[in-house]
Order: sequence, then structure tokens, then C-alpha cells
Amino acid sequence: MSPVEPPVTSPTDLAAAYAALADPVSAAGRARPIAGGTDLMVALTGELGAPPATVVDLWRLDSLRGITLDGDVLVLGALTTYTDIRRSTTCGEHLPALVQAAMTIGAAQIQNRGTLGGNIANASPAGDTLPVLLAADASFILGSVRGEREVPAEAFWTGYRQTALAPDELVLRIRIPLRSGREMRFRKVGTRRAQSISKVVLGLAWRDHGEMPDTTGPPGAWRDVRLALGSVAATPIRARATEAVLEGRFPTPETADLAATTLADELHPIDDVRSTAEYRRLVAARIVHRLIREAGGW
Amino acid sequence: MTTRTESLHALVVAPGTIAPGRVRPAPPRRREGPAKLTGTALYTDDIVVPGAWYGATLRSADPHATFIALDLDPAFDWSRVCVVTAADIPGENVVSSIKSDQPILVPIGGTIRHHAEPLALLAAPDRSTLREARGRVTARTVALPGVFDPLESDHTFASYTIGAGDDIEAAMARAEIVLEGEYRVGHQEQLYIENNAMIAVPTEGGGVTVTGSLQCPYYLHAALKRGLGLDDAAARVIQAETGGGFGGKEEFPSVIGLHAALLARKAQKPVRMIYDRHEDISATTKRHPAIVRHRTGVTADGRLVAQDIEIIMDGGAYCTLTPVVLSRGALHAGGPYRCPDVRIRARATRTNTPPNGAFRGFGAPQTEFAAEVHLDRLAERLGLSPLDIRRRNLYHPGDITPTGQVLRDSVAAEEVLERAAEASEFVRLRARTADARRRRAGSGSLPGSALRTDRERRASGIGLALAWHGAGFTGSGEIKLASVASIELTADGRVRVLTAATEMGQGTNTIFPQLVGEALGIPDDAIDLAPPDTAEVPDSGPTVASRTAMVVGGLLIKAARRLRGTVEAATGGSFAETAADYARQHGPTRIDQKFEPYPDSTTFDDELYRGDAYPAFGWAACVVQVDVDLDTGEVQVNEVVAADDVGHVIHPVLAEGQVEGGTLQAIGYATIEEIKLRDGRYLNDRLATYIIPTALDAPRISTILVEAPFHAAPHGAKGIGELPMDVGAPAVVAAIADATGVWITDLPASPERILAALTGRPDVAGPRPGESEPALPPAR
Amino acid sequence: MTTYHLTVNGAPAEVDVPGMRRLLDVLREDLALTGTKEGCGEGECGACTVLLDGAPVDACLVPVCQADRGDIRTVEGLAAPASSPGAPAALDPLQAAFLVTGGAQCGICTPGMLMAGRAYLDAGGGPDHDAIREAIAGNLCRCTGYTKIVEAIALVAGAHP
Repeated sequence: MSPVEPPVTSPTDLAAAYAALADPVSAAGRARPIAGGTDLMVALTGELGAPPATVVDLWRLDSLRGITLDGDVLVLGALTTYTDIRRSTTCGEHLPALVQAAMTIGAAQIQNRGTLGGNIANASPAGDTLPVLLAADASFILGSVRGEREVPAEAFWTGYRQTALAPDELVLRIRIPLRSGREMRFRKVGTRRAQSISKVVLGLAWRDHGEMPDTTGPPGAWRDVRLALGSVAATPIRARATEAVLEGRFPTPETADLAATTLADELHPIDDVRSTAEYRRLVAARIVHRLIREAGGW
Repeated sequence: MTTRTESLHALVVAPGTIAPGRVRPAPPRRREGPAKLTGTALYTDDIVVPGAWYGATLRSADPHATFIALDLDPAFDWSRVCVVTAADIPGENVVSSIKSDQPILVPIGGTIRHHAEPLALLAAPDRSTLREARGRVTARTVALPGVFDPLESDHTFASYTIGAGDDIEAAMARAEIVLEGEYRVGHQEQLYIENNAMIAVPTEGGGVTVTGSLQCPYYLHAALKRGLGLDDAAARVIQAETGGGFGGKEEFPSVIGLHAALLARKAQKPVRMIYDRHEDISATTKRHPAIVRHRTGVTADGRLVAQDIEIIMDGGAYCTLTPVVLSRGALHAGGPYRCPDVRIRARATRTNTPPNGAFRGFGAPQTEFAAEVHLDRLAERLGLSPLDIRRRNLYHPGDITPTGQVLRDSVAAEEVLERAAEASEFVRLRARTADARRRRAGSGSLPGSALRTDRERRASGIGLALAWHGAGFTGSGEIKLASVASIELTADGRVRVLTAATEMGQGTNTIFPQLVGEALGIPDDAIDLAPPDTAEVPDSGPTVASRTAMVVGGLLIKAARRLRGTVEAATGGSFAETAADYARQHGPTRIDQKFEPYPDSTTFDDELYRGDAYPAFGWAACVVQVDVDLDTGEVQVNEVVAADDVGHVIHPVLAEGQVEGGTLQAIGYATIEEIKLRDGRYLNDRLATYIIPTALDAPRISTILVEAPFHAAPHGAKGIGELPMDVGAPAVVAAIADATGVWITDLPASPERILAALTGRPDVAGPRPGESEPALPPAR
Repeated sequence: MTTYHLTVNGAPAEVDVPGMRRLLDVLREDLALTGTKEGCGEGECGACTVLLDGAPVDACLVPVCQADRGDIRTVEGLAAPASSPGAPAALDPLQAAFLVTGGAQCGICTPGMLMAGRAYLDAGGGPDHDAIREAIAGNLCRCTGYTKIVEAIALVAGAHP
């Protein structure tokens, strides 16, 4: 069906954006912010749920752009596009897994418009950057007329396409603590090699004991393990049971077996149009097995 | 990262049948290319029609139901819009096709047979009114139980038996080894990038002119005449620039064209019916899903003794072209191999899913996939290489097909096979992949658990396939069709080609002037093309079945020769030099050339399925190299060598384009293109969920064009469009098997199916094509 | 309705339309530039690719309010205008290369493919086929198998090292 054309305002500063979102119409929960538009524009036909009644265009909020280092924290503005991330030497140096994730999203056209904040707020379980953000202990700065607050990524996605955002609240910035000795791996199994939506997407992070000046013990053991996955549940999730069995262990064949088995037990994906539940469960476990195998060099 | 080095020109191989040293002039540029490249070519939705209304189709939501009533919200001002129901149809409520089973709109009290079935039509002067009106119409229905499994259907659209009948058991008993297998393929969407689109304009006296995206103007012309009760002149069809067809705009345009015309007639306004992608995928025809069962007897040294083949195709809710699709599928089901005793039993049944129809290959890709994979499995069982088992069985001149057709000339099975194998270094590479597979199996690193990875993550494989494809219409189709193509020498001395053969990207506009120019001895750019408009051009048959270059092109050459003879006899000079003078003296001259049966052909018996099924066959071989990710089952197709015999290459660039495009469609069919169904509804009904290959998924494709001319055609050309579609999928599956050691029997050979086979966990694969999806899980 | 100021193919254009109207519809319906095609309306096929401030975007996913003051290039802006009425347009080298290699068949993906290819070349992209394939991975083609499109872009990239 042809798209609807709801009223839109294009504020140029945050205060105006907050005000537009706090408008009574927005209080009804129906005004929707648009960033790069790669999700919202598709909703205008009304075939995938009710189209927005009014729209607040965030594209002119230049204060939400930019990739910077704030001490040991990597800070990305919510309007940072995937192309920005791909081109950022700062991201490439400090969080290459995020660059890898950005590269797998859509193709040039989508990467030029789609934003990190949009990926977060859209809350698709298949959002490809989201496991990276979870595995990296990211937190999100949210803003509204009431001021700013910080919500950790792991508390942000509360249900299928549900978030901790109030109806009048925006994602402003993404803060990612940079930890010494952290290794991170990203893998996406998608439907094809570009313009692809994930069947399983995951980020695995750990700190090598030997690289950590503040701890003692044998080098090579994994600490602060984070395993985050997308497309295997209603939200992006952390696999905490698997993280627990990996914590403090060495990347040996036994560890890999244990982690894969634990993960397969821990996940409860579903069949859908893109894949089967069992494929997702099996592939997630096999990828983790592979990543541990590669880390262990066996 | 490796750099691809793709050569700019395919190798054109001239076998001994072509005079050596023949000079090929540089091919002309695509005639409508500049318009397409500058954005000035007008596709249907680009055409501005002042005052046109917007049309929409109200569809069923039930796969099977009785249509009780159409409720119009009394709160809405219905005078603002036009509503068409079955009661408004002036002619027969039938979409004209092989059978008369498909209504244009389901009448009140009638039976709804699929979920996208058209119930009523709406048109409005603007889109927002149309949207509002759509929200105020409700169809009241009473649901009926649906049939979704073609094996459970009690309604058969068509059935055929070819060959040995009951003698097959005796023949099978003579075999030293018998192998059985069942192969399944699902729906495939044509996925032309331009959606179906039509604009209907009412004309004085109750007529209608429909301009649209279509392959076959005269199919829609016939449908309009019957559905609207119009005569030849009152119904007029014009093809706009058409953004791809692949069979998807063969018979379906009759549906959308009738709908647009009915709205235009009632509203007395021009009406635009432009599908969006979701509607196009949900409601239009697909490639038929099929279940193919083989039981094959061979000698110990790999010679075919008996083939017993059973085919069941899912026709969907209405017959459309299903009998012909099934027929072509059955006629090709044994593959391009001689076998003394063959029995092929084929049937197509009705299900409560949208009707299936024409798609490049037309039944043959389904059955040849099964035939090729089955032959490979036989070879594996016998310890023969895929190349050797084909060498031992492929057709040579003089061999006899299951219908009793003697293959006299233009038989290039061996040539395409050997060329493809040689160019791809099949033997050397397969030895290498076989070594790697043995090494992996013997390395002691076998996982032992489905959750455990192997030491090596990637496996490479190489596979090949061989196919034949009957050129042009099946059996006596061309004789019954009696196509006409015309050439006109206009009063001002120009030459004009008049055919209903359409351009949809394949190159009709470019090759016709080439063929005619060569026959008349004038340059191709001195030749004009009449617009594809039923008011101007004769019925030269549909643009389907790879028949355009062979059949219509052949008619044009004959017409051109006649015209040349007439002019040169009168003037005594060459056509090039004297045609203008001749035209000045004699006025316009038009030659109508009607199809005549090819000499030396045996009539095909449509009842017994005996005789010459096709005037000739094209031959194709394909070698595919893949990498399989053993962790995930993901397949990357890296290299393809395609060798296709097209009889005579008219335009190498366009011919290669056909091979490359068809090959990628086949690779998509083999690997990622899938439609899952639940209660007869397509789940993959958007471009976000129906996945086709991107440039990154596409392999490097090297094309070898082989020429084994079809001597009964004046230029020797056979079809090309469909050939590459038949070989890609089995070659991919063979390459996956070479890489992994597992045979995937269902298409697509998805990562799910591959990993299921690799780990011995069938639940990973999900349902097979034709199997019903489990109940809907909770939404997420 | 709001007035938006665009530069389209080098010429200023003002449109008075709803801000959420898709740039695709503004181009095709308000500015009658129908060279840009719609294939899916959801950013999957790339047929509507145009350059917005030099970057390829899907015009179906950009509301015109976000293109305000933007510099837009469409397929109509690739060829130099004809020197005299009736004379053929001077094709962009990429258009000419498509004609030579056979990169256009049905032509419906062609405008978007040309714009994606043009952006790649303008960014200094070379004749490496893998890089070209990545640059056009957001543009679906069903006719060509992509081979001749990749060749066309490589031909132009190779001619200007």
C-alpha cells in the first residue's frame, strides 16, 4: 500500500526535540522519532503495524554526531551512521568488533543512513550492533525534558521491541568502557552476504588474565567473559550460564565443549521465516566452540 | 582478498559444424540501451496519464472459504470511489487460460481458493481516498478446510505417462544396481525488479486500452475480449518498457490487466494498477514446487538400464499453465541420457495456495535437478566420477528419447560437457577436493558431537551438471499457434519489423533488426521496430519458451528473404540500393510470414506422448565451485563455468547476458531462495524475507557459447533463455556434496539443510518443501 | 506542507510537500524525474538509489525533510544535456561502459546501479572486482548475474587510475 505522510517537525536543538516529543500527541505514545529512517520509513505503509501518527525528525541534531574518547570511554553520538563507524579510526583501534558489525549491515545505502542510536532504539532482536554493545558493557545516555540518565545496555531491552525509553525520551550517546586486555570477537550468520538479516549474531568478549595488571593467577585464563547474542530470543541477550562456565577457564577443548553444551541448553530460539530454532541453537554453540578453538590455537 | 579477473568476452566456440574463419561483425549496442541508461525509458509506472485514478485489489484473507458478502461501511461516501465486484463483469468471469477455472473476481456465494484471491476492486482519484476506502470494506466469509500438501489433494489438473508402462519392472529386473531417491523443490519467485503494473484507459464505444508490463500482448488481448466481451479492435494492449519477466509476466498480466480494465470501464476514468512488492510476491505466480521420485537401474559399469520417474507438482489453486509446465517437466525428467526403458508418470494437483505458473525453465529445472542429483548419487554408489557416468550415458546423434524422438542433428551434450569440464579443470580440481575430504575424514578430528567444530572450518567442492532443454513450444504447439511475423517496406523506403515478441531485457529489440538487416543486406540501424501494440502488430505468439530468437526470428528472416526477392526481382538491383525506389513506385509492401512446420519432423501425439516433443534441444553444462562453512552450513559459490549450446549465436554479449543471468537465478534457487508457507500463506512475502543473490553472493561466471545449429531454422538458432536455469542447481548441490560428503535432496540447499545433514540432526532443517509448517509459535 | 529547497542535478528545485514524503515520490511525482525507480519501498533492492550530498542512499527511505538543502543527483543528471535539440545526450563514461559491456538488460535496476557505481568511482574506487561488488551490493539485479555490471564499472575505474 502507498505510504502515509504523517506530520513531521525537524528540530535543530535538543530542547526543541524534547519539547516536540513531550507534546500531548506524543504523550499518547504515537509520535515517533526518526533518525536515518531505515526502519521507520518502511513502517509508513502500515503493513507492518500501525504507521506513526506524527514524527519528530532528529537528523538535524548535530550534537548527536561524532565519535570521541572520553578518558577510557569510547563515546558515540546516537546519530553516528554505520558508515561513520566504518570510517572511524578510533573505532577501528578501540572496538574493531563494532566496525565489523557495521560492515555487515545492509549495504552502502543503508550504512549511509542507518544509525547506531536507531539500531538501539528500534530494538530488533536481530540488530547487528547490539550484541557488540552488550558484550562491551556499553551504556546509553537517554535524554528528555526531565534531563539525562544512563542505562546499561543489559537493562535497556525489556521485551520484544520494548525498551527502557519513555515515550518522550531519546537515545543521545553510547558509552563504551575500554578495558585493558579485552578481546572481542564478532560473528554474524545472515541470510546472504549483503543486505542480510542475521539468523544468529553474537559478540564474545573476554580479558586475558595475563594482560591484566590488577589480577594474579596463570596467564591465559579468561576473565570478565561476556557472550551476547541476537536473533535467538525476543531481545538481544547475554548468555549468562555460558559466561559463567567460561569465567576463569583456559580456552581448551574441554572448555569449548562445555561452553557449547551450556549455550545450547541456555538458548531457546524460535522457528521463523529466516531460519529454524534448532539451526540457531546449534550454530550459536558451534560458533562459540570455534571462537574458543581459535583463541586456544588448537 | 583475492582479485577477480573476469574477461570481458566469453569464448565463442565454433565447432566443426560452423565454417571456420567466419567473421563476426561487432555486435550492435542494445537498441533501447541509451533510453534505459539515461532514465528516459518509460516503464508503466513512469507514464503520466492525466486524470488517472488509482486502483487496488481487495483480496481474501482465507486460503479456502465461501464468499458470503462484501460489506461496505455505510458511514463512508462510496460515490467518491469506484467499486467493482464480479457482478460488474460484462463478459465471462474467467481469466482466459488453458482451463476456465479461475474467476476474475470471486462472486458472492463463490469459493475462495487461496489467501490472495481477488474479491473486489477499488479505484479512487487519489491514494489517500483509496487507502481510506480500503479500510471501509470487509469481506464476510465462511472458512473451509484447506489442502496445502499436493500429495493430499484430490483434484488433479493434469497427468501424463511417458514410456514403458508396466514393462518397467521387467526392465528394472535386468539392472545390476537399482537406486531410489526422492527430491523436493519449493516455490521460486521470478523477482523481476519491476513489479506488475497496468494502466487501463477507457475508449469510446465501451472499449479499453491497457498499457502495461507484460511479455505476451495477445494473451492479455484474449483475456480482455473474453472477460469484457470486447471484439478485436475494442480491446487493445500495449506493452510498456518492461522491467524483467522471466515468465512472471507471461500469464499473470491477464489478471491485473483485467482488473485495471474493469475499473476503468466502470469508472470511465483511466486507472493505474501498480502492485507494490509485497502484493506482487503475495499474489502472483511462482515456480511450481515439485516432488520427484527416481528409481533407476544401471549396469555395474554405469550404463542406464531403466528409469522409473514419478513427478508431483503443486499447481496451486487454479490451473493457469500447469498442464504445459508439467508436460515440459515430464519430457525432460530423465535428463539428457539414453536409457532403453523409461517410465515417467507425472501429475499436478490443486492446493489452496496462490496459483503457480510460468518461470524460466517451465518445469524442467525441477525435474532436471532431481535427475542430475540422482545420477551423481548413482555415480558415487558405483565409484564412477560424475564426468564418466555422464560420458557413458549422454545423448549422441541418432539416440532416441523416451517419447521416441530420434535426435538427428544439433545434439551437443558431449560438446558442452567436455568444454565445461576442460575450461573449469574439473578433473584436476575434483581430485584435489576429494583428497581434502579424505584428509578431513581421516584426521581424527571428526567432531563426534553436533555442538563441536572440526579443525578445518571451510571445505571446497566442485560439481557439474548437464541438461537439455527443448527449444520452443512443446509438441504441436507452434503448429496450433500459427504465429505471424511481418516486415514492411514503408512508402518512404524504411523497413519496419512488426511482431508481438516483446523486449523485457533479453534483447528482442536488438537481435530482430540484426537478423532482418543481414537477410536484406542493409545495416541493422536502418530497420525500425513497430511498437508492441495489438493495434499494430500481428500475433507472433507469446514471448516465452526461448522461442523468440528461434521461431519469431526465423519467421522474420523468411519474411525478409521474401521481401528482398520481390524487390530485387522487380528492380534488378540490390535491395539496399533499390528498395527506396521500389517503395516510391509501388507504395508500402508488407510481408506476413506464418509459421510452417519444420521439415523432417515427426508429429507429436498429445494423447500418447509419442513423437517429436521439440523441434530441437539446446544443451547446457555447468561446473560450479563452492566453499562450505562447516560450522554453519553457509555456501559461497565462487566460480561457475557455463557451456551452453544455442545453435547459433546472434549477439554474443546478449547471449552471455542470458547465460550469466540465468545461472545466477539457478544459484539463488539452489542456495537461498525459499518460500515457507503456513496455512497456504507465503511467509516470505517481502523483499526483506524473500532473498535473492546480491553482487557479493554472485560467483564469477565464465560463459562458453557452443554452436550446434538447428538446420531447420534459417539462422540455425535455438533458444537460450531457459537453458542455464536447468543446470545451476544440481551443479551447486553436487559441489556441496563434493565438499562435505552429504547429498542435499531438497532445494534450496540451505545452511539449515546442510547443517542438518552434516550433524545428523533432521530437526535443524525444518519442514521439507510441500510439508505444512507447524502451528504458529507465539509472536515475538 | 512545508517548502523544501533541494538542488537536483545541479539545478535548484523548491517543493511544497509534506515533510515525510519520500524523496523517491518527490523526485518521481513532484519533479517528474521518473528515471529513479521503485522496486520494493523498503531499502532492499536499491532501484531508487540516488546520491544525496554525494553518498548513495535509497530514496524510498529518505523523507524529504531530511534532504532539505541537500544536493541530489539522479540518473537524469549523469549524461550531459544534448548540445542541440534532437541530438543524443553525451553519456557519462559509466553509462557508455554499460552499453559496451551489456550491463543493462531490462533496465529497471540500471538507474540505481549507475548511481551506486558513480558514487564508487567518485570516491576513487579502482577496478578491483570484489570492491566493486561490495559497492553495488545494495542494488539487486535479476537479469545480468552482475557480471557485466561489474565489468562496466571496472572498465571506467581502470580507465582513470
